[in-house]
Amino acid sequence: MKLIYVDNAATTAMSGAVIGAMEKSMREDYGNPSSLHSMGQRSAERVRAARETIAKRLGCRSNEIYFTSGGTEADNWAIRSCAKNGEKRGKRHIISTKFEHHAVLHTLQALEKEGFEVTYIDVNENGIVKVGDVEKAIRGDTAFVTIMYANNEIGTIQPIAEIGRLCRENGVVFHTDAVQAVGHIDINVEKENIDMLSFSSHKFHGPKGIGGLYCRKGIILNNMIFGGAQERNKRAGTENVPQIIGTAAALDEACSGLEKNAAYVTALRDRLIDSILSSVPRSRLNGDRENRLPGNISFCFEGIEGESLLLMLDLKGICASSGSACTSGSLDPSHVLLALGLPHEIAHGSLRISLSENNTSQEVDFIAEILPQIVSKLREMSPVWEKIQIGEKEVNTYAIQ
Amino acid sequence: MLYSKEVMDHFTNPRNVGKLEDADGVGEVGNAKCGDIMKIYIKVDNEIISDVKFNTFGCASAIATSSMATEMIKGKPIEEALKLTNKAVVEALNGLPPAKIHCSVLAEEAVKAAVANYYSKNSIEYDKELFGCDGCCGSCKIAGE
Repeated sequence: MKLIYVDNAATTAMSGAVIGAMEKSMREDYGNPSSLHSMGQRSAERVRAARETIAKRLGCRSNEIYFTSGGTEADNWAIRSCAKNGEKRGKRHIISTKFEHHAVLHTLQALEKEGFEVTYIDVNENGIVKVGDVEKAIRGDTAFVTIMYANNEIGTIQPIAEIGRLCRENGVVFHTDAVQAVGHIDINVEKENIDMLSFSSHKFHGPKGIGGLYCRKGIILNNMIFGGAQERNKRAGTENVPQIIGTAAALDEACSGLEKNAAYVTALRDRLIDSILSSVPRSRLNGDRENRLPGNISFCFEGIEGESLLLMLDLKGICASSGSACTSGSLDPSHVLLALGLPHEIAHGSLRISLSENNTSQEVDFIAEILPQIVSKLREMSPVWEKIQIGEKEVNTYAIQ
Repeated sequence: MLYSKEVMDHFTNPRNVGKLEDADGVGEVGNAKCGDIMKIYIKVDNEIISDVKFNTFGCASAIATSSMATEMIKGKPIEEALKLTNKAVVEALNGLPPAKIHCSVLAEEAVKAAVANYYSKNSIEYDKELFGCDGCCGSCKIAGE
């Protein structure tokens, strides 16, 4: 059975060029960048060049890039640092949204326990934050704003440049978790007034376990790990040289092909969305139809549960994802889908398909053929679907719990 | 999360799926808010469950436990069906992940709810204490917190 990988928002296949660059570093240039001998200095030079490449692609200077173990660490670092530095100036209010990634949400919840106050802005039915709502939430004691660039489940792209301008005008630090966006849509931190930005390499065909934080010069960033002088004294420990090189290679490749890839993936995405919405009754697309990541598709199918759907697709070789409770280990379905105002029973029937430029139109056609069959099969044995059919249950009018 | 071979077998080829139009007892437990609903139909002849069908909305383990529970009570006297425990269903499925044990509780409760419905319909006295289910396994309380 041929595998069809459409879970690219979870992680991506590493590019051949990236593996090649990393292998060379591991086999030949294994010197420690802190060593003074030529081999060490060659590594230092490679790290310097990688940082330069990444900075150029994000529109910043290379001394504004800090490597981390990934997006989660970058989010934790940025948020905790902003909070502590805000607190020093008597600012203990934070603004975020209801549908952030848990790397952000759980960090904010930890800060709330320490006495910080967080305003979680509503994301509306289409999954997009209104700039006016952010403006209304800003107060004299607001320390910083953290709003994701694009949502990981429903792919909606937020008005980041406008929020950035608003924050800059109000003298509030602005951080964005851009893990899903970097390498997929054009980003320029300078033009978009972004003060801090988190990214993760494995979301754009780079290696896992590495990412980074952009922190604009002038914004205070507290030390993350104490020890040596790496990452300008802020995050000690020998640089993860092969992964840093892999990250730069991956981002360079992703950004070089960005326009072409986005057009190709968007066409595949739209074809699959149209096909499923027309062939499966009582199905819905979550999040704005247009303003979403090129590869993201998020459906809800009434009357069925997402984990069953996911496993049935897996049996056909299709690797996808779901925001159903059963895939998360909790009983509540995805906080993202609930933030859109979806009732629990509909949110349980969610499916995320995230495409990349490695997917083909044949694969999309296969999914379009198989998915409606599986939905039908599960609905045939669903008492919820039976009630919907006989009109006993009008799911759409359910009170939102 | 990894399911046993037995769970995957009952999930991919569920036994006794469907409805019984002339059921003598129907039990429905769980709620869609929590993501699991099981509905079990039984046909009773001479106090023996002569036929059983189920419909389930839920995850793979909810479907597999429904399927296994119906297999375990089919052709059995009612008294015996009432002794079916969630533990027995879990064992028959060669285990469930800890987060999925509530599915097996739901299966046990669905069987009891179907029998209770049969008793009520036929005005048969029964000890309601033995059927302690209020329609949900209690997991929902956790979810609601």
